[in-house]
Amino acid sequence: MYEVIAFYIFSALTIGLFTVVVMSKNALYAMSALAGGMIFISGFFFILGAEFLGVVQITVYSGAIMALYAFGMMFFDTTRDVKENIRCKKIAYTLSILSSILLIVILCAPLFSQNIEALYPSIQNAGNIQMIGLVLFTKYLVPFELAAIMLLAAMIAGIVLASKKMEMNLEIDEEFEEAKDVK
Amino acid sequence: MNETALVIETIIKAVIVLSVTAGMGAFATWIERKVLAFMQRRLGPMHVGPYGVLQLAADGIKLFTKEDIIPQNVVRPIFMIAPVIAATTAFVAMAAIPFFPEFTVFGYTIHPIVSDINVALLYVMGVASVGVYGPLLAGMSSSNKWSLLGAARAVVQMLSFEVVSGLSVMAPIMMIGSLSLIDINDYQSGGVISWLIWKQPLAFVLFAIAGFMETNRSPFDTIEFEAEIVSGYATEYSGMRWGLFFVGEYANMITISVLVSIIFMGGYNPIWFIPGAIVMLLKVSFWIFLFLWVRAAWPHVRPDQLMWVCWKVLMPLAVINVLITGIVLV
Repeated sequence: MYEVIAFYIFSALTIGLFTVVVMSKNALYAMSALAGGMIFISGFFFILGAEFLGVVQITVYSGAIMALYAFGMMFFDTTRDVKENIRCKKIAYTLSILSSILLIVILCAPLFSQNIEALYPSIQNAGNIQMIGLVLFTKYLVPFELAAIMLLAAMIAGIVLASKKMEMNLEIDEEFEEAKDVK
Repeated sequence: MNETALVIETIIKAVIVLSVTAGMGAFATWIERKVLAFMQRRLGPMHVGPYGVLQLAADGIKLFTKEDIIPQNVVRPIFMIAPVIAATTAFVAMAAIPFFPEFTVFGYTIHPIVSDINVALLYVMGVASVGVYGPLLAGMSSSNKWSLLGAARAVVQMLSFEVVSGLSVMAPIMMIGSLSLIDINDYQSGGVISWLIWKQPLAFVLFAIAGFMETNRSPFDTIEFEAEIVSGYATEYSGMRWGLFFVGEYANMITISVLVSIIFMGGYNPIWFIPGAIVMLLKVSFWIFLFLWVRAAWPHVRPDQLMWVCWKVLMPLAVINVLITGIVLV
């Protein structure tokens, strides 16, 4: 019974917060609601007994949205509303509603056609982490390693892009400023 | 109905943890002022009650009765909810921490942990990192330059220390093979020699440093450093909303102290004749004292120095530590 209550509370909160994300004109509201919604989604994982995934959801998304906040801080005055420039509201609403219905149909189709069976049934007497580790390092090892290599490439690219002026540090700048002041 | 009993028990535990840690946090403010005063050859609060003990009551009355000022140009809902986030996340993180060994009252065994999930360590660290949203939102909604600088520093600091704390705690986890804090505690049940601090000294130091960054204590209190950015994210706050930030900071200090005690310093295992609960209290008190001691003894670092030390010194050390641990274990 309590699981059902928790599920409905979490789903209402998640839907409400994500509605705010889409509808709000203030970047700060949108980002805060996104962060809250992501954290409430972890509640579903906890209800399903997948604690590891729930915690990963909290950790990963809190860090990711933190980076979004940093971008918001750099590009907007987050305390003011953003002026949106939507030409045709009707087309935007129709397309978004259609795509969301399509997504729901795609995800729910297996539910109606046949009962879903787990491809890799859960192992008895094994914790969350052990089960994820087994699947990740046996069945899905290649995609896992590929993702790791992609992240490494992205990291190297980021460092190369940012390292153009790395030999100039703050103190050199300060000396330069002082020299300018003296003149 | 068994489920209802569990829910009621959990609620009672949560209320006890909340009230006791909030009380301890309030008491810690008095301790902090006293310890800092003695280290600087002052007396500290002396007038209210014996040795100024009742000063915390006076402070509490002041905070509660102060006018709740919300400046005109702030983003109201975010401004109002930010301190609540800071305080709640600090307490929510405590849900998975076993504070004491289990004990029996009236033939009923009580586990002093609100919820025994088997990824407790990750949970505590994840929720504690969500706590940075409090200062961040406060700074961004205040429409004040000092607050915005504080918020920017909060992001920088969070993205820096998170890597260090995660990687440093990985080595002990590899040795134990479990993320449950109870398992980590049981692993060190063989007396002082079996403490993980002897096997993982580097991880211990790195985790402690990351803990100081996480709780915004000096030398890493860049986000509210008075001499640089007035009061950082909290510049526009007054009264109980500011008090909630304060409560959150002290609750975070207690969480980090308990976490370090459990992971590296043997947890609540009894030492010789001292029972486990007392041992735990002593360790946590020592860590709180260490937080204050460091504040009195060390100068403050700049944000760029903090990033430098995180990414160029601490992170490589943590990775090397994980690598060596892996080689030794295999």
